[in-house]
Amino acid sequence: MKHGKWPLIVTFLVPPVLLYVFFVVSPYLQAFQISTTDWLGYSADANPVGLANFKTLWHDDYVWNALKNNAILLGLVPVLTIVLGLFFATMLAMGGRKGRAGVTGVRGGALYRTVYFFPQVLSVVIIALLWKEVYHPNQGLLTAAVHAVGLPAPTWLGDPATAFWCVLAVMVWSNVGFYVVLFGAAMSAVPKEIYEAVLLDGASRFTTLRRVTLPLLWDTVQVAWVYLAIFALDGFILVQLMTNGGPNFSTDVIGVRMYDTAFGSETKFGYASAIGVVMFFLTLSVAVLSLRVGRRERIEYS
Amino acid sequence: MTTLDQPTATAPTPVTSRDRPVRRELGVANTLSHGFLLLWGLLTVLPLLWMFISSFKTNSEILADPWGLPGALHLDNWARAWTGAHIGRYFLNSLVVVTGSVSLTMLMGATAAYVFARYEFRGRQVVYYLFVGGLMFPVFLALVPLFFVVRNAGLFNTWLGLILVYAAYSLPFTVFFLTAFFRTLPTSVAEAALVDGCGHFRLFFRVMLPMARPGMISVAIFNFLSHWNQFLLPQVLLQGDESKWMLAQGLFALSVSQGYAGDYARLFAGLSIAVLPVLAVYVAFQRQVQTGLTAGQLK
Repeated sequence: MKHGKWPLIVTFLVPPVLLYVFFVVSPYLQAFQISTTDWLGYSADANPVGLANFKTLWHDDYVWNALKNNAILLGLVPVLTIVLGLFFATMLAMGGRKGRAGVTGVRGGALYRTVYFFPQVLSVVIIALLWKEVYHPNQGLLTAAVHAVGLPAPTWLGDPATAFWCVLAVMVWSNVGFYVVLFGAAMSAVPKEIYEAVLLDGASRFTTLRRVTLPLLWDTVQVAWVYLAIFALDGFILVQLMTNGGPNFSTDVIGVRMYDTAFGSETKFGYASAIGVVMFFLTLSVAVLSLRVGRRERIEYS
Repeated sequence: MTTLDQPTATAPTPVTSRDRPVRRELGVANTLSHGFLLLWGLLTVLPLLWMFISSFKTNSEILADPWGLPGALHLDNWARAWTGAHIGRYFLNSLVVVTGSVSLTMLMGATAAYVFARYEFRGRQVVYYLFVGGLMFPVFLALVPLFFVVRNAGLFNTWLGLILVYAAYSLPFTVFFLTAFFRTLPTSVAEAALVDGCGHFRLFFRVMLPMARPGMISVAIFNFLSHWNQFLLPQVLLQGDESKWMLAQGLFALSVSQGYAGDYARLFAGLSIAVLPVLAVYVAFQRQVQTGLTAGQLK
């Protein structure tokens, strides 16, 4: 039966591997090599400088500032998104309990799910440009709303004290809907009898969420966590388009730092690649760590 | 608060007296939960609605009253965005490129995933993890060398280059997802087909691929959205020729020029042009989009 499998393996595997190695693996590897040079881009020579770029990086306050911002995003964006996602998904799945113990979704649940998912189908560019206008200090939607209540409006993205939180809010806003749908799908795979039994036993909503839903959804939550962590370490396009790291570097993230170093006024490709390499290891450690820490026994229901 | 340990205490009490306070508590919680659900719905819809309404207003109306409705439907904003800012052309450009890149991704992803899921050979694990490892890293880490790889291959400023790069960077997720999906398919069908003399290629295209349809749809939707939303790659790999730009680049340029021209209405019209078809397609096919997401659970 194994007879004749090789033609298929070769035809099916070689083109994707070639494509992948050429456009993905080799650039990553080259990034390591370039990071040990002082290459200034297009025509200039690249001299090996060993680990000098990394030494500079260690003493680069702008890099540390950007890393600090990424760390705050990493601490807040996944937690907020997952908590809100789980909350809304639970509400939608079992918000409307009619009958004695029947578990039913909230009325209009399908509509909510449709609407919540909107940001997911929009391009990040559109989200960034739209929110930039929402935050506009003169004729922005939010500014006008605050004025309408009679309060003085902050300048949102224009103020170093508020800009970062405004960007963070957009990150959560754009992600929650996706996880509502994802968690909702995972919840619908949990047999209803489990919930009905729990509710019949008089458990509160919070207890149900914490003791039943969360353990059953743990795999999904974990995947969500890893994805959101990687997102938080990136966050590049949103920041670049909304604030470009400003004002006064208050919203700077490591991705913007790297892009500016490589494609900004100076094309310090060597140094930019060094930032990339550091990010590579940071992302790797965060992903591995979240998978390790979150490991639990799988629950299977048949 | 009642807990899991107390069912015996509540069970013997008569049904009628037990029901009422529970109902009332649920009523309050229901109103509350509906309130939160509604609030988030508004938060999601309002910016989009505002963008859409503003696209029909004049610039002075936008400046005077951001929350106001347009005095008349100023469709010329849309015309200025569609032709003046070339949003129409960029939209079609994106459509062509994304169609190509999603097709290529699905073909390569499905074939590779099938091999990983169904065939044993030396080094399989290594190649598999080589692919899946790519899941961990944002594209921009490889951006600098990628720029030169593409340029040296003569693919700089070409759609073909963009299509190949999109496909290459989508392979990790596609392979990871589809490998898992192919593994869930029953082996008995494949074995029976092979015993009946069905060739390996025929088996894949006639039996396994149709069986993997839900998974394929799901991952195709993911890829479509991520390619359509891509901004960084075209910004770096498609810098020169404006006529070849992707939609995202056109919108960004529109936003930048708006900063100088102060033509907010045109920007809102441009954004609306970009948003509406996507939302329309999503609403029309949301069953597929949502089944797409949940394909792993269904059947």
